Amino acid sequence: MSEIPAGLKYAKSHEWVRVEGDTATIGITDHAQAELTDVVFVELPAKGRQLKAGESCAVVESVKTASDIYSPLSGEVVEVNEAVPENPALVNTEPFGGGWFFKLKLADPGELGALLDAEAYQAQIGG
Amino acid sequence: MLKRTPLFEAHCRLGARLVEFGGWEMPLIYSGIVEEHHAVRRAAGVFDISHMGDFTATGPGAEAFLDHCLTNDVTRLAVGQGQYTLMCNERGGVIDDLYLFRVKPQEYLLVVNASRIAADWDWLETQVDGSPTNDGFHLRDDSANLAALAVQGPGVVEFIGDLIHGGSMAGTLVADVRELKKNQWGSFVFRGNPLGVARTGYTGEDGFEIVVEAGQAEALFETLLETGAPHGLKPVGLGARDTLRTEMGYPLYGHELAEDITPLEAGLGTFVALDKPDFIGRQALLEQKQRGLERRAIAFRMSARSAPPRPDHRVMDGTGRQSIGRVTSGTQSPSLETGIGLALVDPAHAAIGTPLQISIRDRLFPAEILRKPIYRREPVKPD
Repeated sequence: MSEIPAGLKYAKSHEWVRVEGDTATIGITDHAQAELTDVVFVELPAKGRQLKAGESCAVVESVKTASDIYSPLSGEVVEVNEAVPENPALVNTEPFGGGWFFKLKLADPGELGALLDAEAYQAQIGG
Repeated sequence: MLKRTPLFEAHCRLGARLVEFGGWEMPLIYSGIVEEHHAVRRAAGVFDISHMGDFTATGPGAEAFLDHCLTNDVTRLAVGQGQYTLMCNERGGVIDDLYLFRVKPQEYLLVVNASRIAADWDWLETQVDGSPTNDGFHLRDDSANLAALAVQGPGVVEFIGDLIHGGSMAGTLVADVRELKKNQWGSFVFRGNPLGVARTGYTGEDGFEIVVEAGQAEALFETLLETGAPHGLKPVGLGARDTLRTEMGYPLYGHELAEDITPLEAGLGTFVALDKPDFIGRQALLEQKQRGLERRAIAFRMSARSAPPRPDHRVMDGTGRQSIGRVTSGTQSPSLETGIGLALVDPAHAAIGTPLQISIRDRLFPAEILRKPIYRREPVKPD
């Protein structure tokens, strides 16, 4: 049974978004980390990079396979979580906490309307 | 429609995540690849290997026929012994790699790869017609009637005797299953039914492979899980099977072996008895040996943190300027916590200790060629 915190926004591609002011913190969901299994390598976007919503911006490798991670929103990467490439297992153990990926300064807050709430995401993953 | 083993329902009850492998629907992961991997290295794990094919060759002509079709020396097999061997085409390319057991004086069991059952059978049938010793033996495909389990790990000897009681009745004669030595085979009894047991495996750990009638497989699997649980036994899927065998540098058909790769290129020359008077592929392999190899299988380990290497990544020389080959198997080693792999490379760059660069998603990462196995158990410290 996956954890799906209320109050976050979710992308269909299994990223979560926490909005504070004009900044969004982005990571991957508990469901996504469980599907990926043991994460052994993470590559994050560089600080300062401009991302478009839906753009491939990070890579997560498990023992078995590599997966692309897509930015749910457009904006500039203002902070990356260096702890995650150092300790990729954080993605498995704390997907909504210490395992966050990066923060975006939002280019278009209107894009938030296209994301799912917890209930809709729950329905999508069939939990 | 994917094929399923007699243990399919049991895998589902255990919550396994399933995957397609060689036409079969098999368990990939039960509790987690890393956790299952460590169970095998530190305690014990059980694998469903019922998807593998089982051919039986019987009769006074079976030995000569198999010796003609297989690269290793069949005539050296005593009753109750097994050997790793390869089946080649005329060009010396590998049709399959397999284990051959002499279960009775005139009865052999061939355990072949799941993905190669049809190809192997067709090839052997063709050879039967063209065999110089074309009489006095019979070939049978028992794949559908037999199931098999591999139980592997340093803890297996603690409980295998609680599962398989008494001595063997045929093959290598022992009073207790634990007395079987590496590569030995014996016939035992489990709940009144016959059971073949070999001290073999694909993990680098001590262990046994058990061949059983399909109808008995589930009872054996459940009993094994129950008997082994107090000793740390876990069910293990194909995910950890792959990390375990890659750490040992063992080949997997379709990766290190194929119809256009020879056993010499794959580094399996010790299983090719070129001194036999004849076998299919011998001439081509002799010529290749005299001419020199154009590529060679190596094992490597990443020297710095990187994404895990994967099959078909390019292998570059140490300067990163020249492409010298390709990765055939690559993964993250749970034991070493670093990327490891096997590759086919230019023999000029194949010496132990040679620095390499692996191209992983268009970036180069340093690696080093190692002697196999990639993972070695640390010597046990006396205390």
